[in-house]
Amino acid sequence: MTTAAVAAAVTRRPYRPRPGAVLAGLFLTLLAVAVVAPGLVTGVDPLAADPLRALAPPGPEHWLGTDHLGRDVLARIVYGARHSLSIGVLATGLAVTAGVLLGLAAGLSHRWVDEALARSFDVLSTFPELLLALLVIAITGPGTGNVILAIGIAQIPNYARVIRAQTFVVRRAGYVEQAVTSGLPRAAITARHVLPNVLGPIPVLATIGLGQGVIAASGLSFLGMGPQPPAAEWGAMLSEARNYLRVAWWVALFPGMAITLTVVCLTVIGRRLQRRFEGRTP
Amino acid sequence: MTEPVSVRTAVRVASEPLVAVEELRVSFPSAGVEAVRGVSLSVAPGECVAVVGESGSGKSVTARSLLGLAGPGAAVRASRFTMAGRDARGFGPRDWRRIRGRFAGLVLQDALVSLDPLRTVGDEIAEVLAVHDVVPRPGRTARVVELLASVGIPDPEIRAGQYPHELSGGLRQRALIASAVAADPELIIADEPTTALDVTVQAQVLRLLADRRAAGTAVLLISHDLAVVASLADRVLVMKDGLVVEEGPTERVLSSPGHEYTRSLLAAVPSASSRGTRLSAPAVPLPERAAGHAPEVLAATDLSLSYGSRRAVDGVSFTLHRGETLGVVGESGSGKTTLARLALGLLDPGSGEVRLHGQLWSGVRERRRRPRRPAIQLISQNPLESFDPRHTVGRLVAEPLRGLPRRERRARALELLERVGLAPGLAARHPRELSGGQRQRVAIARALGPRPDVLVCDEPVSALDVSIQAQVLDLLAEIQAEDGTALLFVSHDLGVVHHISDRVLVMKDGRVVEEGDVDDVFFLPRHPYTRDLVAAVPHLPT
Repeated sequence: MTTAAVAAAVTRRPYRPRPGAVLAGLFLTLLAVAVVAPGLVTGVDPLAADPLRALAPPGPEHWLGTDHLGRDVLARIVYGARHSLSIGVLATGLAVTAGVLLGLAAGLSHRWVDEALARSFDVLSTFPELLLALLVIAITGPGTGNVILAIGIAQIPNYARVIRAQTFVVRRAGYVEQAVTSGLPRAAITARHVLPNVLGPIPVLATIGLGQGVIAASGLSFLGMGPQPPAAEWGAMLSEARNYLRVAWWVALFPGMAITLTVVCLTVIGRRLQRRFEGRTP
Repeated sequence: MTEPVSVRTAVRVASEPLVAVEELRVSFPSAGVEAVRGVSLSVAPGECVAVVGESGSGKSVTARSLLGLAGPGAAVRASRFTMAGRDARGFGPRDWRRIRGRFAGLVLQDALVSLDPLRTVGDEIAEVLAVHDVVPRPGRTARVVELLASVGIPDPEIRAGQYPHELSGGLRQRALIASAVAADPELIIADEPTTALDVTVQAQVLRLLADRRAAGTAVLLISHDLAVVASLADRVLVMKDGLVVEEGPTERVLSSPGHEYTRSLLAAVPSASSRGTRLSAPAVPLPERAAGHAPEVLAATDLSLSYGSRRAVDGVSFTLHRGETLGVVGESGSGKTTLARLALGLLDPGSGEVRLHGQLWSGVRERRRRPRRPAIQLISQNPLESFDPRHTVGRLVAEPLRGLPRRERRARALELLERVGLAPGLAARHPRELSGGQRQRVAIARALGPRPDVLVCDEPVSALDVSIQAQVLDLLAEIQAEDGTALLFVSHDLGVVHHISDRVLVMKDGRVVEEGDVDDVFFLPRHPYTRDLVAAVPHLPT
């Protein structure tokens, strides 16, 4: 991966798909299908318990085995994608929206407003993301909505800082000055010229941020803060599985792999986008 | 680097050209471009040969190919290519390294890019001495200081210990020349050595190159500026589209050019004598401007603005009348761009005031200023920077036309494009797909949209080739004649200002040192600084 990255950066050829990126893309497509229509991927009910078949190892009937209540692990992973990913996506959406607005506000405001906002971003980002999210949960209480809010807030500084820096560059750009001399109102200049031109790095950052969001979501669910049982959620599945690690490795391994693969694929795609768009105007 | 190079003796014995190429062809197959298409050129010992041409003519690629620096992916072919008496066609990287610096030194345009920012100027030069083993280690420091002194750098001991960013542009360019001549090469190849420099600094650098030549070093000078070439070169080659269209002794080529292209290049150079006539079509007069008592549109009184302790603009006053052009000349850092921004109301002065149509324009709230903004528009040096990168030409031109219904805006934008000589089809394109001249036309079209009374032009033609510059200056003159627009024309180029202005302000260190009618100021300068400026401008033979 590293050598591939270096080679790509050095040669800068026209677009040619790399196997890694293609595989990552395929996996994410499959995941998207699982989110939208899990029934297409598996026909098994993720909530159908069958105590007689509890902790059955992977086999022809249950490809990835069953858990302590005899539920199909594969089906639970497929249905769980909706929980885990939607938390990640919504939290990232929240963080991007708030981050862009706050960053823009900081970049365009008077010095002391900017300073206040910038220092608050700094303070926020000194906390590890998960710790900050826990802090928010401690105030709001557990639940899916609160997990989204918690992760979203914890990720705001990532976007706000970049947007603030971009805004500093763009607000001094010749075309903004030109818009001033054309007599455009401040709001029009911000909406038409500043905002679109600061958004360049956001798609890349958000793709990578989405992966972090998924990890954070799983982590919070693992701690029991997220969707409540019997909902299938990858982190919650891991949490339930930890008591059976010795007797049934598959119950923990496969949800763990789902999380890892999702994050790795998102990162691969994110880096790939980054390399393609680096240093270019959108 | 194993054996001492013996190229110098080889040349002396043979007394043939230092470098000679015939039928040089350089192409970049991956880009599908043939930049040089059969150029023959030779430089004899002690001779100064100049290659002139506009951007894209292949002059720089030619020069770089002579040092084996055409770049990766370049295919260089020639029917003959001798360097230092050897056939250079078979040169490998090792052979080239021995030639560069030792036999032929290269001086590039931008010294800030060409000098390593992390090393002192002295180290940079000492490295050349070390690589070519010209001076043994103990004597190197002394030799570096000597070299810096020889290119006219004051306090060479101190300067040797400084980094490139600590030096001014002129000193940097001289340091670069010092490193190019450190190994005492037979030939200096100078690619646009003075393009980024102020006119007085340019004069110093040209004098330095002339001194080198007088000392017996041959110079191959690459330039877009015919006047620069005139002062230095024995022979000139005029290049266009990868071919040499004309070649001969400098005097002959510049005073009685044989090729049409050379003639048009020479005619396009703005100067005192070109006033009132078109530059892009020689001897055609420009439309008359309405003379007489014109009302005052813009007036500045005693403007001052400081950045920290530095006074960027210091007590400047001027007036601008309808239909008039006021030139502002000065070197970099003289405060002329700050003055332009004050006039535009993009900056507010620390003291003094600007009035537009007699009403206070400086120091008022932006909300009050906004409705009056259409009256004063800007044309900047780099139009591309002044365009939102995501917008098409049509959208850019239509943007300032606020308050019109959509369809009328569109029609008016096309009308404006037509007025500046652009095809309506360009409206759907992005500015980065256009040439430099087209971009500047788009900028002018956009500025004309709100029907301004004042156009502030900040170095509007500095980034353009001379023939494109001629077209843009003609266009500005036409617009002025038709609309009676007043121009505040900021430029470092005295020729351009003399061509277009009625009156001129000469600025130095934020102050106006001289002002008046443009002929009076440039023909009979009173202030010593103006005299220096005027004297430093290289002239074409008349």
